Amino acid sequence: MSQLSEHRTPVSIQGLAADDPHLAPAARNPRLVERVIAVNFVVGLALVIGFGACYWVNAAPWTLGATMGGGLFFLGVGLVAWGKYLMPRGPFVEERHPLASNPVERDAFAAAIVERGGGVVKRRKVLGGLLGGGLGAFGIVALFPLLRSLGPLPKGTLFHTDWRSGTYAVDQTGRRVSVGELAIGSIMTVFPEGLQNTDRGQAVDQTVLIRISNENFVTQKGRETWAPKGYLAYSKLCTHLGCPVGLYEQQLQLLVCPCHQSMFNATNGAIPEFGPAPRPLPQLPLYIDAEGYVRAQSDYHEPVGPGFWERS
Amino acid sequence: MSDAITTKRSRRQSRGPYGRLGSALNELDDRVGVAKGGRSFLDKIFPDHWSFMLGEIALYSFVVVLITGVFLTLYYVPSQAIVTYHGSYLPLDGTSMTAAYASTVNLSFAVRAGLLMRQMHHWSADIFIGAIVVHMARVFFTGAFRKPRELNWTIGVTLLTLAIVNGFLGYSLPDDLVSGTGIRIAYSIILSVPLVGTYLAFFVFGGNFPGTAVIPRFFILHVLIVPALIVGLVGAHLFLLVRQKHTQFPGEGRSEHNVVGSPMFPVFMAKTTGFMLIVAGVTALLGAFAQINPIWQFGPYEAARISYAVQPDWYMAFLDGALRIFPSWSFHSFGYTIPFEVTIPAVVFPGLLFGLAYAWPAIERRVTHDDAAHNLLDRPSSRPKRTAAGVAVLAMLSMLFIASSTDVIANFFHVSLNTVLWTMRILVLVSPFIAYPIGYFVAKEIHATRGGGRRKTVNVVQRTASGEYVATPAPAYGDDVASELEPTPVPTFITPPETAPPTDPGTRTVDR
Repeated sequence: MSQLSEHRTPVSIQGLAADDPHLAPAARNPRLVERVIAVNFVVGLALVIGFGACYWVNAAPWTLGATMGGGLFFLGVGLVAWGKYLMPRGPFVEERHPLASNPVERDAFAAAIVERGGGVVKRRKVLGGLLGGGLGAFGIVALFPLLRSLGPLPKGTLFHTDWRSGTYAVDQTGRRVSVGELAIGSIMTVFPEGLQNTDRGQAVDQTVLIRISNENFVTQKGRETWAPKGYLAYSKLCTHLGCPVGLYEQQLQLLVCPCHQSMFNATNGAIPEFGPAPRPLPQLPLYIDAEGYVRAQSDYHEPVGPGFWERS
Repeated sequence: MSDAITTKRSRRQSRGPYGRLGSALNELDDRVGVAKGGRSFLDKIFPDHWSFMLGEIALYSFVVVLITGVFLTLYYVPSQAIVTYHGSYLPLDGTSMTAAYASTVNLSFAVRAGLLMRQMHHWSADIFIGAIVVHMARVFFTGAFRKPRELNWTIGVTLLTLAIVNGFLGYSLPDDLVSGTGIRIAYSIILSVPLVGTYLAFFVFGGNFPGTAVIPRFFILHVLIVPALIVGLVGAHLFLLVRQKHTQFPGEGRSEHNVVGSPMFPVFMAKTTGFMLIVAGVTALLGAFAQINPIWQFGPYEAARISYAVQPDWYMAFLDGALRIFPSWSFHSFGYTIPFEVTIPAVVFPGLLFGLAYAWPAIERRVTHDDAAHNLLDRPSSRPKRTAAGVAVLAMLSMLFIASSTDVIANFFHVSLNTVLWTMRILVLVSPFIAYPIGYFVAKEIHATRGGGRRKTVNVVQRTASGEYVATPAPAYGDDVASELEPTPVPTFITPPETAPPTDPGTRTVDR
């Protein structure tokens, strides 16, 4: 015990005699450890060569990962064991040197900055001000091309969609939707005609068309003509974070957003019944023309999608 | 013949006792002067403790991320141009999609080892961030952030932020249905910032969502700008670590003025290189056997489509959880809107969280009035208040993490979504107040226990010839002798080492 603890006293690694016990390997039986490490290295080498072979014959991806991962793992285990058991066991000690300089050096450093440098600036305040002003102005001016060129200004784009008076509602393939093709209680996604495959049509104008049974439908004030023959259209953009409100719970007639589980009551102005969405889904006023096609009376009467500063 | 032997021998003698390598080192030292600094670098002492490996996991998984990422850039096409897919993955044949998505499917199936590299890249990114978090917890609970290491703590928090940002950017690049939805949510979060949100969102995305610029911009941020910042800050982190030397746990022969452990060369070098190989090997095995982000199953992103159970990578989950459980409190006034339901959980809350992390060393210093430099670590139990504060924050973050799968939980346990939502709301608010006292009293108890934290001694039970059982304590082995784990009183004030005699900086003595 005492002999062992003597060995455990940390010593400096510098100037140790070659036979110092601190330089002896940590393992009690180095021969055995050597053999174990050798086995690890052999397995590792074989697997790395196997990785090359698997790559060469274009074997399944998992064989590539298994051979490469296994190879690196065994080589690594062998190397760690080598370092832990066959190298000087120590422990060794190193003194910490104080990070702080001595007070004289510190004062000299501060003096160099404050007196030598600061003195020069203080005497030439105008020059310093001009240079600072010039560089500062450049910094501000340079921000404009850096930032402003990145994109257009929002202007009114967030307030409007591409639905206009008389726009035909079409499905994803561009086919006009006519009355009677949607069963009661079912939904489909529609777009303004011509924009069904564009980024803007998909991302901004997407609208969910629902055919609802009339019995439990609550007509909103001022929207009496918006839902002809039980056809209702709401913006498909969730008012929480703009995910598509892609799920429809048929029994309760709830539109559900799968991102954060906001639920909107389709029969009652799409008011949010559950979840973090703060506003109803905007409703698109519809009419059915003489040929039976579903068309928009106008654009949405409020901005679609999530909230933002300029939205009143 | 004999001449040749003489020449060889004389050349060998002129090389000195350390042979060819030694003379090469001399040549180098003549020109660059490496001997003195190099020697002290090789002799640098690294304390041995398993918890010091956590930072190494982060470092080495970052190496794996970089290498696999370079491979991926050779095949990935950062473009939102629409192409029709006719590749080797038949279920998507004839589908129109962006070039970004098509090239990701292609590099997964048509490039040899491509799928492995992609999965390793994703796994090692997840491990990178995970290791940073655990490493940060180690540094926090042991007080390693105290003077003189506050700056390195700050760099570390910045690295965590950058790693999370770059993880999100990389996750978005395949432009599949799930990641595209994530980008849509990120756009809406930027949009929610009061006053400048719409401008910020338009500048980041080059217009209204989805814009035309998001994939190329995310790409250059993901592969160049953010990684360059991370590499630079990792360099600064390691430089400060070498300059200030490691912290160590108190123990036999250890003090505030020394470091006890293994030398850089060869012991630490062998162990750490081996460990790097192990980290890379485990990542490759995960890449081989554990599928991650199978984007070909999700399909390409279309703004009007969505899938069920949309969830981000694990490090974004706490934000998603916060967004799910925050009430629908939109704020309207004077014709303007602040969407509190987004701004508070997704902008203000993470801002406060990271602000708290940045400010913690200053906060603790103000509370404890401890102005001394510390090189010996605390055991978490010896600082019950700090430990309890950390446990409280982790408890809250864990609850937010769980809250990111309210819908999955409701389905799995057949309970109503409403029940899950309200349970999580209550748990998130209450958990820190439950966790704090538990952390505090458990820490106090452990600290007061005699021999707490010390390994139990082994008793050898023997049966004598007469059938009697005798228990004798086994001799201590190896590390057990060192009382490394025994809590020793942490000095409250450090006596400064002898200061060097002041030298006159005005004059320089020059040899020669």
